[in-house]
Amino acid sequence: MGPCYRLTDVSFRYIRDWVLRDFSLEVTAGEVLGLIGPNGAGKSSLLKLMAGFLRPDQGRVILHGEDLVTLPPRKVARQVAVVPQESHVQFPFTVTELVLMGRFSHQEGWGWDSPEDLHIARSAMQAMDILPVANRTFQELSGGERQRTMIARALAQQPGILLLDEPTAFLDINHQLEIYAILRDLNGNRGVTVVLVSHDLNLAGQYCDRLVLLREGRVFRVGPPDQVLTAEHIREVYGCDVLIDRHPEAGTPRITLPTPVHRNSRQPILFPSSLCPRSGVSPGEGGSR
Amino acid sequence: MPALTVSRWSRVIVLFMAVSLVGAVVCLQFGSERIPLTEVTRILLDGGKGDAGESASGVNRSVIVLEVRLPRILLAFLVGASLAAVGVALQALLRNPLADPFILGVSSGAALGAILALQIGVGWAVAGFSPVQVFAFLGAGVTIITIYRVAVKNGQVPVHTLLLAGVIINAIFSALILFITSLADSTSAFRMFFWLMGNLTTLGYAGIGALAVSVAVGVGLLCGQARSLNVLALGEETARGLGLDVERVKRMIFFTSALVTGAVVAVSGLIGFVGMVIPHMLRMTLGADHRLLLPGAALVGGVSLMAADTAARSLLAPAELPVGVITALCGGPFFIYLLVRNRGAQIL
Repeated sequence: MGPCYRLTDVSFRYIRDWVLRDFSLEVTAGEVLGLIGPNGAGKSSLLKLMAGFLRPDQGRVILHGEDLVTLPPRKVARQVAVVPQESHVQFPFTVTELVLMGRFSHQEGWGWDSPEDLHIARSAMQAMDILPVANRTFQELSGGERQRTMIARALAQQPGILLLDEPTAFLDINHQLEIYAILRDLNGNRGVTVVLVSHDLNLAGQYCDRLVLLREGRVFRVGPPDQVLTAEHIREVYGCDVLIDRHPEAGTPRITLPTPVHRNSRQPILFPSSLCPRSGVSPGEGGSR
Repeated sequence: MPALTVSRWSRVIVLFMAVSLVGAVVCLQFGSERIPLTEVTRILLDGGKGDAGESASGVNRSVIVLEVRLPRILLAFLVGASLAAVGVALQALLRNPLADPFILGVSSGAALGAILALQIGVGWAVAGFSPVQVFAFLGAGVTIITIYRVAVKNGQVPVHTLLLAGVIINAIFSALILFITSLADSTSAFRMFFWLMGNLTTLGYAGIGALAVSVAVGVGLLCGQARSLNVLALGEETARGLGLDVERVKRMIFFTSALVTGAVVAVSGLIGFVGMVIPHMLRMTLGADHRLLLPGAALVGGVSLMAADTAARSLLAPAELPVGVITALCGGPFFIYLLVRNRGAQIL
């Protein structure tokens, strides 16, 4: 299958410092691609550029052969759905209402939600296990329910491409597993291309076909998890040593953090003494002197 | 709340329309003199042609009902409906539940225009509108353009800049208004003060017709954007991701809201509270879906201001209270009650 995204020499900055610099990448239709890298490497900005939320200062983002900048939002939304890292909903919209908004790009004008829209929204809520909270407002939901609502809304968009920013950040392990299973299912059975940002290198390594390791706004390595997730790469990009063995079932790289070693066993390095609470003095009293 | 259905929408809207109609007839009874409900109904039904009898002051009752009270009640309804609908739209646009129609500074532009007209003493009138009203609307127009020019950047209008521009313009114009008021003699200073408090002095049927058309178009345009407002209320990035042409809709909501606000403030001054409390009240009872919220808020806003103005006219008759005093005194405590009561319980 051909590329669905082609980024050529993309540079982007918010104000002064470049967040992405001469960034080129092709996303193959039908793959699960993971974007990994330390904080500030440009992962989320990259996702927003692909979503059309941000415009590149240089270079081009091509979606299915068309420059993203020239495409009307409605047309983009029918192909690409985005699950943001965090969502704030100011007003008392219910879960059903929010998921139905995923149908926005498919609906014309003022109209009512069609039976088809309702059916699609319902299936999305079922897949995300949020039917029991369908009539609650967003404010009443737990972090995990909120995240699953956002994913359900993206599913209701029936996109060919799904962009997710830390989709499992607020979820317990059971729901983490469920999300990845659903992403795998969408990808395997319906050919949905998935691009996700993740800080969880293990899950990313286990479920992604390819990983892009970013460093300071550039591609450091791109390839299958086996080749990207090596101790040398991680040391070079993240600056820390890790232990790598194999996942007992999947055989993918498994990364474990080593036990922290203190240079001086009597004086822990993490806290200088000025930050440590003094014995016998409560924090309130300490400040009033 | 399950998804909005046609039947729920019609049920709520028909109920609110019925309440508006009944409310209007009930309000027509009151004023400096009470006219019984049966007689009000009869006058309304035969269009004042029947024998209505004279009031205590010797004026024909059908003249009182049709020429004095009805236009005023219609005016109150139009103003209330516009303020509430614009309040809903701006709260969604600015994603700020504290927004009201006066937050963009358009109203202080209108006020400055009105105060200028009062100070200079302009004499001419246009199509049933007094010079003060014409000047107020011109003031609003100039302000709308100013704020837009200040906030727009690369063809985009960041809402926080819009909000800040509105607040600053409000401050500058308030200073100018105070300056002009301080120059004015005591009679016109009193008239200025009275205008600023908000009042629904009688506007002829020609003026009401013109206002009704602009309000209907404006509120209609806002209601037409209901689905877009739903999406926009989630934030601009999310809205864009769901397929909304965010900048186009923002521009449209801004200009429509600002023009309607300008028109309404020009004829009624600064009537506070309706534009903020009614949207909240309705969101608490109907939910956040703008397809129902916008028309619902317009109807309830209309009825509320109608009732408030009737109270303002009749409580201390023949003296008149500023209607803004009534809206704040009744709306405030009721709003607190809604806040304290179990939240989120949707009634209708």
